[in-house]
Amino acid sequence: MRKFIWATWILVTLAIAGYYGYILLKADNKQALLIGETSHGHFQIELACSSCHTEAFGGPELIQEACAGCHGAELAEANDTHPKKKFTDPRNADRLSVVDARYCVSCHTEHHREITAPMGVTLPEDYCFHCHTDVGDDRESHRDLAFDSCASAGCHNYHDNRALFEDFLVHNHSGPWLKEMARLTNPNGAAMLASKHVPEQQPTFPEQKKAHPDIHQAWSGSSHADAGVDCGGCHSDASSNEWLEKPGIAQCQTCHIHEAESYKSGKHGMRLAQSLPAIRPADSTMSFKETALSLQQGCNSCHSAHRTDTLFAASEACLTCHNDDHSRGFDSSPHGQLLTQAIAGAIPVEQAVSCATCHMPRAENIVDGETVVQVNHNQNHNLRPNEKMIRPVCMQCHNLGFSIDALADPALIRNNFNGKPATHIPSIDWSLKRVAD
Amino acid sequence: MKHVKKIAIMTTLLASSLVITACNETPPAKAGIPPKLYTDSLFAVMNADRANYTKLIIQRLGPNGAGAIKPDEHWKEIENGALLPAQMFRAGSEAVAEVTDEFTYSLQSLWPINKQNAPKTPLEEEGLQYTVDNPGENFYGEEKLGDVTYFTAVYPDVAVSPACTTCHNDHKDSPRTDFDIGDVMGGVVIRVPL
Repeated sequence: MRKFIWATWILVTLAIAGYYGYILLKADNKQALLIGETSHGHFQIELACSSCHTEAFGGPELIQEACAGCHGAELAEANDTHPKKKFTDPRNADRLSVVDARYCVSCHTEHHREITAPMGVTLPEDYCFHCHTDVGDDRESHRDLAFDSCASAGCHNYHDNRALFEDFLVHNHSGPWLKEMARLTNPNGAAMLASKHVPEQQPTFPEQKKAHPDIHQAWSGSSHADAGVDCGGCHSDASSNEWLEKPGIAQCQTCHIHEAESYKSGKHGMRLAQSLPAIRPADSTMSFKETALSLQQGCNSCHSAHRTDTLFAASEACLTCHNDDHSRGFDSSPHGQLLTQAIAGAIPVEQAVSCATCHMPRAENIVDGETVVQVNHNQNHNLRPNEKMIRPVCMQCHNLGFSIDALADPALIRNNFNGKPATHIPSIDWSLKRVAD
Repeated sequence: MKHVKKIAIMTTLLASSLVITACNETPPAKAGIPPKLYTDSLFAVMNADRANYTKLIIQRLGPNGAGAIKPDEHWKEIENGALLPAQMFRAGSEAVAEVTDEFTYSLQSLWPINKQNAPKTPLEEEGLQYTVDNPGENFYGEEKLGDVTYFTAVYPDVAVSPACTTCHNDHKDSPRTDFDIGDVMGGVVIRVPL
């Protein structure tokens, strides 16, 4: 009997070890290794284990390197208020014993969706208390405030305070809530690259043009035609002149390198950066339209292949899938009405406010001494915390106070800013008072 | 008798091995730079760099010179903005912290504009107070932070130009507004793990 028990135990152990060994080393689908639900920011790539766990026995430093690999540049751009380098001085040893702020995972633990709060934070919301206990001694206005309100009430963020620091509040305290309408600048980055990357001798595929006159007609009025990108510019790869029936992001990024890179940094495209199949709305827990659940996301999901109609891509394409209150409220919102007017020709297209105006903003960058206007295709770039949107987007048309109040009003966000903020965030008032005192 | 001999031999061997082992375990005499000389040397470099940045960049290219750059606390917010000398010093300290933990340094004060730059450990407080009470002298001591013992040196940071005193005296967050040229405004704290 004892021999039988031992044999069974050994067999079961070997079977379990063999199963997980196979999953670990051979299987394409590593779902069985997940130790818990991943957060809304990482579930897309949870099956690409090595994107975070770069080595099996690396320890926290390697995980930290992986975090910084994807998020480091963005944090540096945001003038991160709490970078790792602020905590490495030994004088912070007592603080680190409470929250080890040198590591992202101290506040953003993964695989614990059940305790994951907004911004992917897995600490109790009053975490500021640990280091800023005596803030009330220096700021009378803060004396009776709850510590769980510091980063949730529209006043502070842990990392990005570019639109919230005191001097900025003071310098931008005035002005009408609605300024003169801004105008979007036309992007020119891809057009500038086309002249450098598209070969003069492209395969022209005359038989394809003959077989698809409607497509050829649509292309002839597009920006691709203007830039001299013929059928072969997209429907062939760099290594051959063979016809490529369905070009993908690899072809698009020949000229649209910035757009492709930023797309792969956002939630729509981050799977592609890990060589995983493109994401579908069905993979997410967010609210999407039933008819769109199985649509795999790629360049062509929003940009029609031959018409390059960016007005469609900037709004209607989003609403093909997104079905939450904020998205459904767009058409009837003041922003949506501007887009409707632009489509009707009542106002210039540059004054239209679309989904992309806020979520995929255009940015002017200096490249090789030239001003390049590029669309940031990382929809998450300024989404969370939403105060990231204030300077590059909201303040183009609104003053700072209105922008802060609007973004701190969840009901107003839900109905897509159809009305005025119901709450007032006193941060500007308090800053002015401190300066006056 | 046979056993007594065995025991005697074994005891002798054991004693010999203990003596040899003990000799081997004797720590070698400490070599290298004494901590005080090490921190004094580091401070000399830091101080020279800061003086040169102030003199050769800020004074030469700033509003009192060519007017090409604008030194400002929020230098990233303005065109041609440049770091204030104290910020440049701090940027150096942060850059060093990214490449080594063999030493750390920071600029602190008993009257800091940013409260995070106030002394945190009892030794920092003692050292900063010492440099104020004993002009021209440095302070040296040892302290244990976490599980590590550090040699900590504090060097006085003296107001050398009106720009230093004016900025601190006029700043809304400054807890002291009567600094004069020559006053000790704070201190450079250098810490080395022992």
